[in-house]
Amino acid sequence: MQLKNKNKIRNIILSIILILIVNGILSFLQVNKSDYYYIISIIQRSLVFAVIACSMNLVIGFTGLFSLGQAGFMAIGAYVTAIFTIPIERRPNVYYINGINDYLANIYIPWPIALILGGLVAALFAFLIGMPVLKLKSDYLAIATLGFAEILRAVIASPMMDRITNGSFGLKNIPGFSNIIELTIISAICILIMILLVNSSYGRDFKAIREDEIAAEAMGINIFKMKQLSFVISSFFAGVGGGMFAMFIRSIDSKTFQVSLTYDILLMVVLGGIGSFTGSILGSFLVTASKELLRFFDEPFLLFGKIEVSLFRPGFRMVIFSILLMVVVLFFRKGIIGGKEFSWDKIINFFIKPNHKKKDEESI
Amino acid sequence: MKFKKLLSLGLVLTLSICALSACSQSASSGSASGKKVIKIGIFEPATGENGGGGKQEADGVLYANEQMPTIEINGETYDIEIVNLDNKSDKTEAVNVANKFISEKVSCVIGSYGSGVSIAAGPIFEEAKIPAIGGSCTNPQVTEGNEYYFRVCFLDPFQGTVMANFAKQNGYKKAAVLTQLGDDYSEGLGSYFKTAFKSASLGGEIVAEEKFQTNATDFKAQLTNIKNSNADFIFAPSSITTAPLIIKQARELGINAKIGAGDTWENGTIIDNAGKSAEGVVFSTFYDENDVNATAEAKSFVPGFKEYLKKTNQPDIIPAVSALGYDAYLAAYKAIEKAQSTNGEKIKDALKTISFDGVTGHISFDETGDAVKNTAYIKEINNGQFKFLTTTTIG
Amino acid sequence: MNLSIILQHSLTGISLGGSYALIAIGYTLVYGILRLINFAHGDIFMMAGYFMIFSYSIFPWYIAILVTIVATIILGVVIEKSAYKPLRQSPKMSVMISAIGVSYLLQNLATYLFSALPREYPEIPGLKKIFHIGNIYASLVTFLTPVVTIVLVIFLLFLINKTKIGMSMRAVSKDYEAASLMGIKLNKTISFTFAIGSFLAAIGSILYFTDRMTVFPFSGSMPGLKCFVAAVFGGIGSIPGAVLGGFFLGIGETILIACGQSTFSDAFTFIVLIIMLLFKPTGLFGEKSIDKV
Repeated sequence: MQLKNKNKIRNIILSIILILIVNGILSFLQVNKSDYYYIISIIQRSLVFAVIACSMNLVIGFTGLFSLGQAGFMAIGAYVTAIFTIPIERRPNVYYINGINDYLANIYIPWPIALILGGLVAALFAFLIGMPVLKLKSDYLAIATLGFAEILRAVIASPMMDRITNGSFGLKNIPGFSNIIELTIISAICILIMILLVNSSYGRDFKAIREDEIAAEAMGINIFKMKQLSFVISSFFAGVGGGMFAMFIRSIDSKTFQVSLTYDILLMVVLGGIGSFTGSILGSFLVTASKELLRFFDEPFLLFGKIEVSLFRPGFRMVIFSILLMVVVLFFRKGIIGGKEFSWDKIINFFIKPNHKKKDEESI
Repeated sequence: MKFKKLLSLGLVLTLSICALSACSQSASSGSASGKKVIKIGIFEPATGENGGGGKQEADGVLYANEQMPTIEINGETYDIEIVNLDNKSDKTEAVNVANKFISEKVSCVIGSYGSGVSIAAGPIFEEAKIPAIGGSCTNPQVTEGNEYYFRVCFLDPFQGTVMANFAKQNGYKKAAVLTQLGDDYSEGLGSYFKTAFKSASLGGEIVAEEKFQTNATDFKAQLTNIKNSNADFIFAPSSITTAPLIIKQARELGINAKIGAGDTWENGTIIDNAGKSAEGVVFSTFYDENDVNATAEAKSFVPGFKEYLKKTNQPDIIPAVSALGYDAYLAAYKAIEKAQSTNGEKIKDALKTISFDGVTGHISFDETGDAVKNTAYIKEINNGQFKFLTTTTIG
Repeated sequence: MNLSIILQHSLTGISLGGSYALIAIGYTLVYGILRLINFAHGDIFMMAGYFMIFSYSIFPWYIAILVTIVATIILGVVIEKSAYKPLRQSPKMSVMISAIGVSYLLQNLATYLFSALPREYPEIPGLKKIFHIGNIYASLVTFLTPVVTIVLVIFLLFLINKTKIGMSMRAVSKDYEAASLMGIKLNKTISFTFAIGSFLAAIGSILYFTDRMTVFPFSGSMPGLKCFVAAVFGGIGSIPGAVLGGFFLGIGETILIACGQSTFSDAFTFIVLIIMLLFKPTGLFGEKSIDKV
């Protein structure tokens, strides 16, 4: 008992130290912004995708619902955030062809509230679409949610929505985050809420449904309600994530939210490990960072400065990514960290007590 | 199991090392070699939807750099180093690349082909106080409200008006417009054409407005409607990937109306892919190498650039966007010379005041940062070649 | 809208529907046996387009067609062997992710190998010959597509209902485990199913791309998704259903564009899907399946 307590205190101290270190690094980057623009932008992108990947993992990994509608919910969040946060005086410029809807023209909402609003609208859509769709079996669910995202994209780009979403012309002049710490805090809050949810009794219900739907129903879990809950919450965070994404890239249009975006997020989730938030966060950092770092694969590679290796040309890095994905899917089915969550105990055990670790393994 | 753990640990470690090395790399790259260096970025797509056009524009810049590799600032000779990054015709990627330019500490950026990516990256350049000079991005939104974005070409509203005028002057009265949904270039230009063609001064009639989805390859249903509307002129501004399909399918359906478009259609792919069907297609563009009223700059540019094209194994027809790329480099060069500084803010101030003869005509920038240009070239595909038809000037 | 315009539109719709039907059969066969949405099927279709471009530049057209078909079949079977077979005992979601992974791989590979720019599809002599009756214009391939589709479907129905391999296919789709206990060679049957699916995709791609003239790395993804919906619409596992679904979607899409609603031409497919799943989840001709505990 005492040992446990001791460990707990140790873990809290370690966590505080980690937070301070992260904070220190981020502050350093922020202060020297001009030197580290590129690094900051990679971290920002990773943080945004971490939230979205976690939200996708919530439905796919924890509830076992194979939903491919993430890009659609992101689009909702992104558009809501964008419409309300574009500075009013810039709006005539943005809606330069068709003008803006009179009701929307003068409503300005500060971005934190707009983000939440974006999430809520996405959640509302999820609730409505969930009613018919969640009754379907897993593969139909995948294609139906994917279809929903496509329908949404068509609606956004349609001429009827010209005065709201600016149709084909997209939205620009979206205000960005003023500094990286702001974004880090928001991402951390979003992910923390999801972690708390999964560790609550709801989370246990979700996992029961994932493991065996029929057994879960026999245990008295209201399957449909729980599925709906998981789907709606996931979409809420996908919406918030979409809003953050809009603030990150500063200009959006309907083409930003194509099916391939969902696939990219799925790549992060699968690579990191289905059913692990740590994995999703790691996955999003890994994918985003290596997409940038592997950029040299796309450039002609000169061997000894003379012979051009024809293997390296545009597109090669994406091929590497797809092969990596297939390797993980086929051989490391639990992703790089094996479906486990981050905890200080495990890390310390990993290094200090190799024997203890083995026992741990078996129990998992 | 143990192996897997080690592997994953290894992966994480490599990643963090990579990240750290990237950190230090971007920090150290300054003036490593003894010589002074000023960096200019090429912000163009090499892959994606607009990969082809982006490469042509970048060629213009690279050629210009070959001609003018050094610059005098405060009595010292600076080497002009080109940083060439691919924005993949994708907005998200454009944002990344823009941030990378800032880390690379470029003094000025040139690009991009395709307005969408320029619009996306605009605010980032503005915040970092790096001036950007667009080559062929014709959308008004690029420079609007952005103090740091300039461009050396004309704008879509102008281009739409030019094509409307051309259609009317050549006796076409009923026009159909075919545009791509979700594409700001296509929809924007289409809408400007419509406004101009219907306007009181021209008095034309728009008989059909059809739209198609991104990645569509079958336009028969839209074209059947256009055929039914008896239009005698079809305005179909779109990317180079859809152009040959539209032309071929229109002819297949027995449509004989004149087909016209904007600057993107000046690309050999159309002739290669559409073959005979492409005969008679007209479009507006920025430049013509056989222009008799060419500036002195153009006269030296034409033979030199043809040499460059031959050297790089490309057909020796000068694409208009290459000329614009050259002009954008020239503008940057003149501005740096005038500012006598590598500082972005000072270069921006200088850009506002410069005035020079470029390859595509006289260039000076107005308050929004657009080149003051009032001439467009209209070309026609004739016997498998782009043939200069006429220039149109609108006051 | 006069009669000739209506006829012209229906011709476009029927021709589009024909190619959709051929791809949809591939989905329906694979789903019927493995209960797997082969997300990569649309991309196999796209690769078949590239195979044709390259084989046409080397061989005369009739050999090129043969080479394309063989190459596509090999591709389909290799994908099954390498990406789906190892996961046969895993949860369904893993297989689906694997399928998406293959699709992602094929698209990126095509972008890398052939660049993202569209490539011109070769014209098989005669297929692009333009006919016109009165005011209706169409090329031979437009007429040919629905005819080829119907002929192939008849052939396929014969194969499935009258031959031994067809019988084992039906047995595997009814009950996977029982079939293997009865001595049916599971792997052989599944590979054969993929081979047929790929064969139809190859034929479909020749007809589809001849009509549309260019191939690019993503030209398979949208048709792929649509054809899966077509298969669901007709009732998954049912070949006539898939054909009907293909024609329904092809014609419906064309009608929407003809009425000036091209915004929703892609969304239409998915609206159909959601409505269908709401009211008749088994599709038009599908059989009801019961989850076993």
